[in-house]
Amino acid sequence: MIEEKKKRPPAGQFITTQFNSLLGWARKFSLFHYPFITACCGMEYMSAACAHFDIDRFGAGWTRFSPRQSDMLLVVGTITHKEAPVLRTVYDQMTEPKWVIAFGTCAVSGGIYDNYAVVQGIDQIIPVDVYIPGCPPRPETVLDGLLKLQEKIQHQDQDWRWKKKRS
Amino acid sequence: MEEKTILDRLRKEFPAGVREISTSLGDEVAVIDKGALLQVATSLRDGPGEFAMLLDLTCVDYAGEEPRFEMVYHLFSLSRNRRLRIKARLGESDLWIASLTSLWKNANWLEREVYDLFGVHFEGHPDLRRLFMYDGFEGYPLRKDYPLRRRQPLIRLKE
Repeated sequence: MIEEKKKRPPAGQFITTQFNSLLGWARKFSLFHYPFITACCGMEYMSAACAHFDIDRFGAGWTRFSPRQSDMLLVVGTITHKEAPVLRTVYDQMTEPKWVIAFGTCAVSGGIYDNYAVVQGIDQIIPVDVYIPGCPPRPETVLDGLLKLQEKIQHQDQDWRWKKKRS
Repeated sequence: MEEKTILDRLRKEFPAGVREISTSLGDEVAVIDKGALLQVATSLRDGPGEFAMLLDLTCVDYAGEEPRFEMVYHLFSLSRNRRLRIKARLGESDLWIASLTSLWKNANWLEREVYDLFGVHFEGHPDLRRLFMYDGFEGYPLRKDYPLRRRQPLIRLKE
């Protein structure tokens, strides 16, 4: 009985969950991304984005070079303390809803650069949704990370009334 | 025997300034007094050696030794296809050396880099500012006594 209730919510809620699911479906296949590329991982980004591996198959093909028009921030490469305010500004300029992918070991944790200049993981500056490890990650890993993000977007609570703020 | 003559000529020309000459893996090395740097460099560039190109200029921190720092200059002669290295020791208390910007234009940014990361002052440099690190950065990060895990973030970091 309890399980059946879970499966079939009341009629009013049914509409909102269906709308939530529809929004998730629409959003996960129309990710405009902003590539914030600072280092050698950019080569792997190019490989993943261009014809051989082609992230356009997953609806993330359109690169927008303005943060105001993009949904997904790809942080590709080493972020230094000198650059941290720039990344923070770019993130703040993006409109909701927005997601962040940390691409490569340097963006995830600072990587081999445990020194005075480098931020030890971009999650110290901005919230991160998906971490893609690798130095640099292979395009297959990137695509896997993208699919993970799509899964996350599909199942997350869509703030379509623009009431909630993501932290 | 050509390299011998350049080094010998250098020693003959600056008997007080040149402390030591040697060859290392085919390259000529001259250890000089820091006060003689500008004259030695001018003589090498305009003399028969024709060292027209300053390849690199850097600093080494020999922490615990006295004098502590050593400037290293790599010169290249385009006409003779020869390399030459000049070294000069600097004490921590009088950390300055003459700027070579008047001889080679590229010394400008190279010296700014050394100033940024080691704190060496270059006398006669037209624009001695930090090159890599940002305004407000304290200390000189490539010195051996800069704390390994010291960070100086510009914005607040989440823990």
